[in-house]
Amino acid sequence: MPTVHLPAALSGYAAGQRRVEVAGATVGKVLATLGQAHPGVGQRVLDDRGVLRRHVNVYLNGESIRYLEGVETPVGDGDEVWILPAVSGG
Amino acid sequence: MSERIDHIDVDSGDVLVAVGTMKGAWLFAGDPGRGEWRSSGPHFRGEQVYAIRFDGRGGRRRLLAGTEHGHWGPAVQWSDDLGRTWSDPPGGNVRFPEGTDASLTRVWQLQPAGDDRPDTVWAGVEPAALFRSDDAGETFQLVEGLWNHPHRPRWEPGGGGLCLHTVLPDPADPDRMWIAISTGGVYRSEDGGDSWQPRNQGIRAVFLPDKYPEFGQCVHKVAPAGGRPDRLYLQNHWGLYRSDDAGDSWEDMANGVPSDFGFPMVAHPRDPDTAWIIPLDSDQFRVAPDGQARVYRTRDAGAAWEPLGDGLPERDAWLTVLRDGFASDGLDPAGLYFGTRTGELFASADEGGHWRALAEWLPPVVCVKAAVVR
Repeated sequence: MPTVHLPAALSGYAAGQRRVEVAGATVGKVLATLGQAHPGVGQRVLDDRGVLRRHVNVYLNGESIRYLEGVETPVGDGDEVWILPAVSGG
Repeated sequence: MSERIDHIDVDSGDVLVAVGTMKGAWLFAGDPGRGEWRSSGPHFRGEQVYAIRFDGRGGRRRLLAGTEHGHWGPAVQWSDDLGRTWSDPPGGNVRFPEGTDASLTRVWQLQPAGDDRPDTVWAGVEPAALFRSDDAGETFQLVEGLWNHPHRPRWEPGGGGLCLHTVLPDPADPDRMWIAISTGGVYRSEDGGDSWQPRNQGIRAVFLPDKYPEFGQCVHKVAPAGGRPDRLYLQNHWGLYRSDDAGDSWEDMANGVPSDFGFPMVAHPRDPDTAWIIPLDSDQFRVAPDGQARVYRTRDAGAAWEPLGDGLPERDAWLTVLRDGFASDGLDPAGLYFGTRTGELFASADEGGHWRALAEWLPPVVCVKAAVVR
């Protein structure tokens, strides 16, 4: 299964885990499954429509999914998915 | 990280002023005479807090806050110990249901219902919608009757977004309430929120070809007059109005003000003829006219307005006060409080006669609400 790495700010919504193994064939399916297992994480990463929040970045094996196929990017066993807060604010 | 949160305690009769800013919230507690103040904050460090208020119904001492984290999104959080601890709802407690193709952007208003419904709290949000909670603000459900209104596709966002920013339950009639939307105008329900009728007759929309449309006005704030249930005051995007028939019709009352552009409107808690505004120069220059910080008060239902500036900056004060940045505590005499985009919090314990600064250098203030703690 792919491994999802959570930022420290979200680990409290996943029983303190920083790494979670989540099944799914695409990044979007992995995030949706993650949200079902840990609603506090899901609600903070995906909006009410299930769309990735604007200031949240997701990387697959070191590359931003924005430069791959977005949430449709295929994911395989052993892949590493990172959820990171974007550089933003003021 | 250094952080000052000196938690406050309150006694019955104290005044609690809750201040939401672009980077957190602060709480100010004053004695009943409102001479001595203490504060705590920042709460919700770095988060935008566009809605915050105290709810003392049903034996609670609950603070409700609409928070918005820059990365992780919005939520309603609550505290039953005056901010020592806050709930952290794990799964999102204000969510648009599937099928709406909408997602919560911001909570603009948290409004407890009347004392006869002590567990009901209304939330006005962006995109413009009304949510209802029947567990004192812990979970909310979309009010479908407004969401399905045929006008909704034609509501347009103003400069602050398409927001439902004002919710006014009628204290005399639990089934009657008003809401206001920028831009959409005023709507009234007579059946507890199931159906809604536009109530904008006489309110001007300077930015539309039809200056007096059925709906679509950019209403900035509506305030219910104390002691007269059918009277409402309204600050428009250009225009000051009063209705004496529960919103069926509106009459211009911009008599002798330096500008009828502004955001907030506060009505006296008991005297239906008294209200306060804080004019801004214009929509193109949203600051205090001539750099003079002035609150304006009418004591005759808008026939005339008088400037109140004792204790406020007299020059070079290019202040802006937003739609929820001005509030009354409901006491006698009424205490008034307003916060600015430049981080000042001003207070008056005598209905605007004299002012003092309770705080300076806060982040930009977007919400000020005051209440007496029982």
